[in-house]
Amino acid sequence: MGDMFRSEQMALCQMFIQPEAAYTSVSELGETGCVQFRDLNCTVNVFQRKFVTEVRRCDELERKIRYIETEIKKDGIALPDIQDDIPRAPNPREIIDLEAHLEKTETEMIELAQNEVNMKSNYLELTELRKVLENTQGFFSDQEVLNLDSSNRGGGDEAVTQHRGRLGFVAGVINRERVFGFERMLWRISRGNVFLKRSDLDDPLNDPATGHPIYKTVFVAFFQGEQLKNRIKKVCTGFHASLYPCPSSHNEREEMVKNVRTRLEDLKLVLSQTEDHRSRVLATVSKNLPSWSIMVKKMKAIYHTLNLFNMDVTKKCLIGECWVPTKDLHVVQKALSDGSAAVGSTIPSFLNVIDTNEQPPTFNRTNKFTRGFQNLIDAYGIASYRECNPALYTCITFPFLFAVMFGDLGHGLILLLFGAWMVLSENKLSRIKNGGEIWNIFFGGRYIILLMGLFSCYTGIIYNDIFSKSMNLFGSNWVNNYNTSTVLTNPHLQMSPNTSAKGVYPLGLDPIWQLADNKIIFLNSFKMKLSIIIGVLHMIFGVSMSVFNFVHFKRYSSILLEFVPQILFLMLLFGYMCFMMFFKWFKYNGFTSNQPETPGCAPSVLIMFINMMLFKNTAPLNGCKEFMFESQPDVQKLFVVVGLICVPWMLLGKPLYIKMTRSKNVSHVKHNGELTGNMELAEGETPLPTGSTGTESAGGAHGHDDEPMSEIYIHQAIHTIEYVLSTISHTASYLRLWALSLAHAQLSEVLWNMVLSMGLKMPPYTGAIGLFIIFGAWCLFTLAILVMMEGLSAFLHTLRLHWVEFMSKFYEGLGYAFQPFSFKAIIDGEEEE
Amino acid sequence: MVEAYVAPVVITAIWAFIGIICPFFARGPNRGVTQCCIMLTAVTCWLFWLCCYLTQMNPLIGPKLSMNEIMIMAREWGNEIKDTMDVVA
Repeated sequence: MGDMFRSEQMALCQMFIQPEAAYTSVSELGETGCVQFRDLNCTVNVFQRKFVTEVRRCDELERKIRYIETEIKKDGIALPDIQDDIPRAPNPREIIDLEAHLEKTETEMIELAQNEVNMKSNYLELTELRKVLENTQGFFSDQEVLNLDSSNRGGGDEAVTQHRGRLGFVAGVINRERVFGFERMLWRISRGNVFLKRSDLDDPLNDPATGHPIYKTVFVAFFQGEQLKNRIKKVCTGFHASLYPCPSSHNEREEMVKNVRTRLEDLKLVLSQTEDHRSRVLATVSKNLPSWSIMVKKMKAIYHTLNLFNMDVTKKCLIGECWVPTKDLHVVQKALSDGSAAVGSTIPSFLNVIDTNEQPPTFNRTNKFTRGFQNLIDAYGIASYRECNPALYTCITFPFLFAVMFGDLGHGLILLLFGAWMVLSENKLSRIKNGGEIWNIFFGGRYIILLMGLFSCYTGIIYNDIFSKSMNLFGSNWVNNYNTSTVLTNPHLQMSPNTSAKGVYPLGLDPIWQLADNKIIFLNSFKMKLSIIIGVLHMIFGVSMSVFNFVHFKRYSSILLEFVPQILFLMLLFGYMCFMMFFKWFKYNGFTSNQPETPGCAPSVLIMFINMMLFKNTAPLNGCKEFMFESQPDVQKLFVVVGLICVPWMLLGKPLYIKMTRSKNVSHVKHNGELTGNMELAEGETPLPTGSTGTESAGGAHGHDDEPMSEIYIHQAIHTIEYVLSTISHTASYLRLWALSLAHAQLSEVLWNMVLSMGLKMPPYTGAIGLFIIFGAWCLFTLAILVMMEGLSAFLHTLRLHWVEFMSKFYEGLGYAFQPFSFKAIIDGEEEE
Repeated sequence: MVEAYVAPVVITAIWAFIGIICPFFARGPNRGVTQCCIMLTAVTCWLFWLCCYLTQMNPLIGPKLSMNEIMIMAREWGNEIKDTMDVVA
């Protein structure tokens, strides 16, 4: 059978690699992505492993790359996207080059940043000074004469000023939010002897460290006396106000302003040149940065993996243990030889397959089509090693069951188009990195959506439902036989099958049912029977899958002790019910003259089933027979009796068999004269423990070996009760196929009758605009409610039907996934974060 | 007019062809998966069609129509309302 029938066979291998060739060999293995390494150094602390220094080196390089990336993002330069040309892990020479490059770029960036901060703070100071000079123009005009005098006596000599009783002042700039507090504080410390004049700056200034614009205010504080000046200066420091020396004479101020202006211009020039230089540096780096980033990631992954290896006692080679799919062994051999050849080593590395009793990881080789379905199954539980994989059948049964619940040609077409668009442009769409979680889910399931759309179109044709209208492709097979007077006098007329049915509509439901008032009664009967038939078949399929598992794991006794009673119980009771449904479809018709076979006499299948189980009889209507065929009561009694026998068969068969074989084995071993404690046995095998049989039995066997008999009885009782009850409950559970299909059809009809037909009934010309709007509303509701909500609902119910009703019949799901060392997986995984 | 049994035979033959003959033409690395999918598709789709066909083969009730609908049927589907009633025993 195909690859997906069961998970692949895995081999545990030991790898012997020469230390020189280790790096390149592991690099080759990472490119192939076929091996899962086991950690041979579990007991060793992370910081004491062999390649810790190399990992630290990689961390350093990653840090530098991250820093440069943030700088590039700050400037808004776009990083190129490498999809096709992914570089390989760097060899030692390239590593040194890489380190040198990154070191140089990083130091340059840091220097530039530092310079920029310095220049910006300079710029800020000069700007503030200029503002101070400009804004205090007005303050000094009235104080002009006085201050001129004071400056003539030695430029702001405080002692002289104080003696003369003149006012001194300080000028500066403060954040606008702090002004009021500042003013209050000054008032307090000076007991009202300070005069503060301030004016707000209109444009904000940029903070050099953070780059945020801040609003500031220019102030001038006039005071008298030395002590006050000191106090004022202390307050200014406390409020982070910057003080600037402001000359009091007008001419000095003018000169200072001119000076400041020139200096500002120069500084601006230097700043812009620095910016340009920085952009150039970043642009050159950005070309190579993504590929360097990938190279460093690969390097780090290689060293982490090398840390899992064990160094041989003689220090001659590295030993590693890994799981490899048996089919890929030759790929791994080739990778090892490539690695040795790249380094020029004469001593080859080799691979040694070893036997083991451990359970290998489960690996299912999937392609882009089957991966979605495999993910659906894995979400429930990873399959045990080498048990049958339900994902193979899910590829078709999942969309089919979805379509039974979703059956509408119109909505199916919408799904189909959506799925087809995603599939046809999947190359382009797979490059979208940050589409969001929801887009990733939809895109990952594109093949599922495509198939769901296809099957929904088919079931839509069979249900004859396109946006709640039916198509009349082949001509309806119901004819009206009433004459004119009957038609005109009766507002409603029911057609009788014996007079009006003239054949069967070949493909699907007859279009007349869409017009009928009693449509739901007819459809209920059809859809319920359909759901039960599909459900019973699905469950029989599930139980039959267990045979393949029993045969593979050589538990032949379970076939007779578990499978046979289970399938008999299911088929004799519920399979028989399906048979009754088919029989009823054939037997009762409107054209017969035999009274018991007319539609009025058709018995309810459900009532017959209940009577069968309870051994009851109901009296039939007049002229009708109770049973459908002659031998029915005897056949039914036989089936029920055999079904009842199956229950103790299931309950006691396996435990008694285990008991028998155990006592035989124990006596056999005692006969041999030795007692081995923990024998790894599965039933039906010889008592000699060997590694190879252990491999097969370890995966998928329950390992009943050490359990006491009471545990086995209890387990089997639980299994039996669970199975018997589940046959009934799961069969009824499949009726959700009917329920959701009914709900979908009704919603669709409501939407048409209440929304779109209103638009279609409007008067012409003005109605055109109204129809345009109403059509928009109808489309919105159809997409949101019928396609999205109903689609998600049907998806969920189908998933439940698969996980619970189908897989509980045979699936164990106790395995663990195969996670190979693959660069592709690592890089894709990091990109998702 | 064609015989009554032609349509089901044709449809069954189509699905039988898809389900039994087509799997032999599957090629490529995913041969097993393709064969399984084709067979399952044929079985499920045929079963679905079959249930629908059998339900309508011997209907137990007929559609209940309003006067309007009967008259539209007469006009659009060529189902003239006659003056005398066809009595079928």
